[in-house]
Order: sequence, then structure tokens, then C-alpha cells
Amino acid sequence: MMPKNMLFDIFKFPFQLFFSFFKSLVGKDVVIELKNDLSICGTLHSVDQYLNMKLTDITVSDPERFPHMVSVKNCFIRGSVVRYVQLPSDQVDTQLLADSCRKELADSKAKQ
Amino acid sequence: MASEKKEVVLSATVEEPLDLLRLSLDEKVYVKMRNDRELRGRLRAFDQHLNMVLSEVEETITTREVDEDTFEEIYRQSKRVVPMLFVRGDSVILVSPPIRAS
Repeated sequence: MMPKNMLFDIFKFPFQLFFSFFKSLVGKDVVIELKNDLSICGTLHSVDQYLNMKLTDITVSDPERFPHMVSVKNCFIRGSVVRYVQLPSDQVDTQLLADSCRKELADSKAKQ
Repeated sequence: MASEKKEVVLSATVEEPLDLLRLSLDEKVYVKMRNDRELRGRLRAFDQHLNMVLSEVEETITTREVDEDTFEEIYRQSKRVVPMLFVRGDSVILVSPPIRAS
């Protein structure tokens, strides 16, 4: 019998470059800037295929503007409200990133 | 089952819009964003949503103010530099290939 998961594999999100990239940054400190100008600094706890992210031990860069966020320690951020993520530049292998990007482009061309 | 492996050659020609971006990898690009933001930085990676990773980024934010007395419009620009930045594609308006020196 076909395992249940196999069915889902067919529909699996085909382009996973940034998903894998963020998975490699789990445990690192990032600053997520939201579309409402709220900047949240914290440790990346987890990420999913929609680039939803969970941060732990967070601080808000502008607490005067967003006082309701001061007491929040951990949060889940919906991927669609993110504008930028500031990354630790010493933790990013730009060569590897560019190579995986080219590989993914080649893979998607092969599927066409 | 014979699996046919298609030979994929990433050519140096632009056949589809995203090829323009592929040829800009590791080059300086200009990105116009929503909310009057602009970015200049080195393109490290992108996908079909125009999610991108840029390095050595300079962001310019333009704000508009109206002078209370003269009703003159005043544009203010603020700049900042971010060493490594992930940009979500849904805020991107346009990407312009390498800004050539000189």
C-alpha cells in the first residue's frame, strides 16, 4: 500500500530555496521588519514553507511606538507581513547561496 | 520506466524576464520597493516570487511633508546600510540590472 505521505509529496512545494536557506539560519539572531514598520529582533526558532517564522527572546527596536509589544517574549510571524529580514552576514555563505539559486533555476527549467 | 533527463543549459541570453535577474546574480542591482523605498545592493539569490537576498544594501526611504505655511511639498530622504538583507518579493515593484560603474 502506498504510504499516506506519498500523496502529499506530489504537491510538495517545488521551490524551496529560501525555505532551506532560513532553516540553515535557525538558532541565529535576526531582525524581522514587518510591513507596518515594526522591527522585531530575536532568535530564529523555526520556519516553514510559507516563510512563517517563530522567534524567541524578542525585543522591539522602537518600544515607544509599539508599547503593547514590550512584554512579548516569543512570537509567531505570518510570512506575508514580513518586508525584510536582516541577516547575520558572517553566517551567510554567499557563494553557496548563489550556487543553490542557479541550481534551482536549472531544476525549474528542466521541469518546463 | 525510462527516466528522460532533459539537458539544461543556462544560457547567457535573455529568453524570459527572470533570465535578466539570473544574469545579475553577484552584481549590484537597484530594487524599487513599495512605500517609497529603494534598495541598492549585490544580488545573492532570488526566486520566482522575487524574494531576494541582497548584500551590502543601501536603503533609501523617501518621505513627503507639506509645509504648513507655503503648502510646499518637501521630500526627505533617509538612508541606512544593512550588510545582509532578505527581501520579501511581494513588496518589490521593479528590479533593475547592474548599475555599471561610470
